[in-house]
Amino acid sequence: MSFVQYGDTIKDGDTAIVFLGHESMFPVKVQHGTVTQTKYGVIRHSTDLIGKKFGSKVTCSKGGWVFVLHPTPELWTMNLPHRTQILYSTDISIITMMLELKPGSIVCESGTGSGSLSHALIRTVAPTGHLYTVEFHQQRAEKAREEFQEHGVEHLVTVTNQDVCKNGFGVSDIADAVFLDIPSPWEAIGHAKSALKAEGGRICSFSPCIEQVQRTCLALEEYGFTEVNTLEILPRVYNVRTISLQIPDLGKAAETDFDCSNPSNQSSPCTNLQQGTVQFKSGVPVREMVGHTGYLTFATKS
Amino acid sequence: AMEEQRGPRIREGDCAVLKRDDVFKAVPVLRRRKIIFEKQWFYLDNAIGHIYGTTFEVTSGGNLQPKREVEEMTTETKEAGTDNRNIVDDGKSQRLTHDDIKALKDKGIKGQEIVQQLIENSTTFRDKTEFAQDKYIKKKKKKYEAVITIVKPSTRILSTMYYAREPGKINHLRYDTLAQMLTLGNIRAGNKMIVMETCAGLVLGAVMERMGGYGSIIQMYPGGGPVRAATSCFGFPKLFFDNLYEFPLSKVDSLLSGTFSAETLPSEPENNMVAEEESNRLSDKKQTSLQETEEESAAEVATENNQTEEQEAMDVNAEDVEFKENKGKENKENVREKQRKQWERRKKLIETAALLQEKNADGVIVASKFHPTPLLLTLLEFVAPSRPFVVYCQYKEPLLECYAKLRERGGVINLKLSETWLRNYQVLPDRSHPKLTMSGGGGYLLSGITVVLDKGKADSSNLEALKLEEPSLKRCKVQELHC
Repeated sequence: MSFVQYGDTIKDGDTAIVFLGHESMFPVKVQHGTVTQTKYGVIRHSTDLIGKKFGSKVTCSKGGWVFVLHPTPELWTMNLPHRTQILYSTDISIITMMLELKPGSIVCESGTGSGSLSHALIRTVAPTGHLYTVEFHQQRAEKAREEFQEHGVEHLVTVTNQDVCKNGFGVSDIADAVFLDIPSPWEAIGHAKSALKAEGGRICSFSPCIEQVQRTCLALEEYGFTEVNTLEILPRVYNVRTISLQIPDLGKAAETDFDCSNPSNQSSPCTNLQQGTVQFKSGVPVREMVGHTGYLTFATKS
Repeated sequence: AMEEQRGPRIREGDCAVLKRDDVFKAVPVLRRRKIIFEKQWFYLDNAIGHIYGTTFEVTSGGNLQPKREVEEMTTETKEAGTDNRNIVDDGKSQRLTHDDIKALKDKGIKGQEIVQQLIENSTTFRDKTEFAQDKYIKKKKKKYEAVITIVKPSTRILSTMYYAREPGKINHLRYDTLAQMLTLGNIRAGNKMIVMETCAGLVLGAVMERMGGYGSIIQMYPGGGPVRAATSCFGFPKLFFDNLYEFPLSKVDSLLSGTFSAETLPSEPENNMVAEEESNRLSDKKQTSLQETEEESAAEVATENNQTEEQEAMDVNAEDVEFKENKGKENKENVREKQRKQWERRKKLIETAALLQEKNADGVIVASKFHPTPLLLTLLEFVAPSRPFVVYCQYKEPLLECYAKLRERGGVINLKLSETWLRNYQVLPDRSHPKLTMSGGGGYLLSGITVVLDKGKADSSNLEALKLEEPSLKRCKVQELHC
């Protein structure tokens, strides 16, 4: 396995995702002789994982079981060790499309942070593209390098430990796209412009506060970027539930005029007279949703 | 020499996208063809040879001229009011009449100068606030300065364009929803993907762009053949089509039951598709014919819902007729060619069937006008374990049912029903706020991951899965039995 290529069976050294149930999973590094504890008991890597197919059900020592999944950037985003605040897949999706990324694209990114976006970028630009990512925090930069190596993508990424606002991306006239997720992106717009190819390219900046967006937009205009556009994307997740509502007693006779369509159609609402209820399927929004991650400002160098 | 480094140039036969502010239109680049876009008409002849991304001015006579960067006119003495307490709408603030303006335009005066004259002849302009002056200039510029930019097609541009111009053709799939699909489906180079769409080929094109010609795509299609009008707008190199397969939906059942035969093909595709196939085939000999196909399909896109429809449709027909006449001249060869074509089609169908039967696809993408449940339940048979799938539907209810049926079937985990909201912002100094309107509906997605399905004890494992993932669901299922 690698993060840029599917494999069928689990091998020594792979990263796998142990799926315990709804929204409950964690990554493991598969190693001969190692064991992993779960609430369903122990998983022995040598016998329970190595040689098994990704997607298999693995029975743990207490008789409970889990699924073992092939890693993807999306699963990694949900399970990675946080060293910073991270970008989630909803934002990552629109960033990838609006930056027009595809195999072969050269991308510059700063900061690397926990590498959530980095993995998704690498996935998209492989096998012929490259990611130049800049992180001013030395430990984070080193940790990111280690992870890229473990995940078999080190040939697709260069991690540089420097301050992007002072020293830029370390490359010039090479990038098709630039992404900024730093506290003062307006200070890096000039560097972004010189990192982009002379023929042009796309830029995106992520900022939580509107004041940051204001300054970024002014800087973008100052440096001659066009098509400046700020947007926000909000994910809404629904739980699928069968709901039953009670029919009010209005003192009427047993037969109700509350006729609910064809009973042979399972998905349509149906009445249960004995219980005095009507049932239907509904997509219920989760109780608490993400209201704001950040504003995404896109622009074109032409 | 400097110019040489600067990006791809607009060539005759390309499919290009015209852009004015936020409005896009895909057009084939052809000489001496009149284009109507945003109430302006012009010819693209002069644009050929320029770099993509160039902004042009439309001059009288419909010629395009690269716009030179002009210094923004700064009113030397910047006068402005502070509020509008003394501004009265008497309808007489503009001293130029309609006729005056028309006369200016007929004289071929540049848009920028007309705007300047409008400002000079507005009695209230100086009393307006700075912000109101800005807004006034912007509005007039939009009306009188005829500039268009020619850009290279991409998923970003084409999906935005389709959602704005032809939402019905793509089942109202908003571009941010399409973006989610590509990410949730882990679309990337090297995958073996199954795509079932009735979105004019836009979703297929988006998947092809992300796969960059690496790996393979099997497009499942209803009826006589796949629709790829939007796919042609991308202008993909020919090699991207080498590993693009297609398989008729109506044959899926026989493939799964083992009675599949390639002898009976689904009804022949309609005429234009035959033409498309033929010209595809001919492209080995004739380099330009793929481009012709693209032009035709691109013209299709461009003409839909547009004033130019008749004219361009006529052009296309004319080309068609010409094409057929040429073919008619060599009748014998025609028959042989047809047989060869039939044989090749069958060969590719058998190849495709074999690819599907390996049952090791790296994912499924569904975005169609059909009910998603039967499609997904069947197509998942062809997918390897631990792979993502994504289904789009314009409506939420069919996905609720699909969710329930998938749970019954088993072999899937991490099911998620979701949608995204997209909000655009105006960002200007002291005037930042969300845009007035936002899209009300961009559709819904149901996504998940396949796992090994142990068939022997499907029932009990299913109950366990329910217990594991959502305790309340088991209860719901029992209640459903009463219905």
